[in-house]
Amino acid sequence: MILEIISWISIAIGAFFVLVGGIGILRMPDLFTRMHPAGITDSVGAGFILLGLLPQSGDWLVSVKLALIFVFLLFTSPVATHALAHAALLDGLKPWTKARDKTRDKDGAP
Amino acid sequence: MLHAVGLFAVLFGTWVILSGHFTPFLLISGAVCAALTVAITLRMDLLDRRRDFLGRVWRLPFYWLWLAGQIILWALIVSRKVLAPRLDIDPVLERVPSSQRSDLGRVMYANSITLTPGTLSTDVREGEIEVHALTQAAMEDLKSDDMDRRVSATEAAPHKPAEPTEGER
Repeated sequence: MILEIISWISIAIGAFFVLVGGIGILRMPDLFTRMHPAGITDSVGAGFILLGLLPQSGDWLVSVKLALIFVFLLFTSPVATHALAHAALLDGLKPWTKARDKTRDKDGAP
Repeated sequence: MLHAVGLFAVLFGTWVILSGHFTPFLLISGAVCAALTVAITLRMDLLDRRRDFLGRVWRLPFYWLWLAGQIILWALIVSRKVLAPRLDIDPVLERVPSSQRSDLGRVMYANSITLTPGTLSTDVREGEIEVHALTQAAMEDLKSDDMDRRVSATEAAPHKPAEPTEGER
């Protein structure tokens, strides 16, 4: 019973962070800033959801697989994020900065 | 030899855990597959023979615990930024020094930076890592923080290059 409550709280926390990550991706101004909230989704969001699912499975083999998914996620998601950001920089995409945004406002551009 | 046995154990263990069936046929199939993979690895000379590979591996769980705390802390900070009515961000792209001696250590440091919300590694070179941070505060935290030192502490002690001794074929 207590395990059940902890499990659901954990899933709720995970869902909250996934939601925040989604909102962040919509609100941020450019690719690089968008990747920060996206990172919340696959580290903290997925982490808490998988943690909450562990006691729900009822079978230790399934639990081990869930834990393995989390471990693989922790190793692969930063590599993918790094590759994407690196490729964008190599391609010449300039990161959004506060200063550049202000000068653009003065010029009257959208 | 020890490395080959270790690789076999990891491969076979993964097979058993992921299959979840303990019938003789599937166990033997797993052993054959794992042995075949080790044989191919040996033939292609891809086996990592460094002896200090697991140098200070016992420190890793402590580092992961600390990193988990940092990730949750910064997830909360970035979440507040995301949910704030006025978007208050000030992204910066800078190079930060890295003190790791091995490629593995550098990968660990760069991945830790990317995993922590608010900072994102964009380029890894020897001795420095290019980092994109969502706010000045995140960049300052990374620069002053001891993440670099902690990763280096989990790294194996410096190994002498080229040891063509008994282990070499």
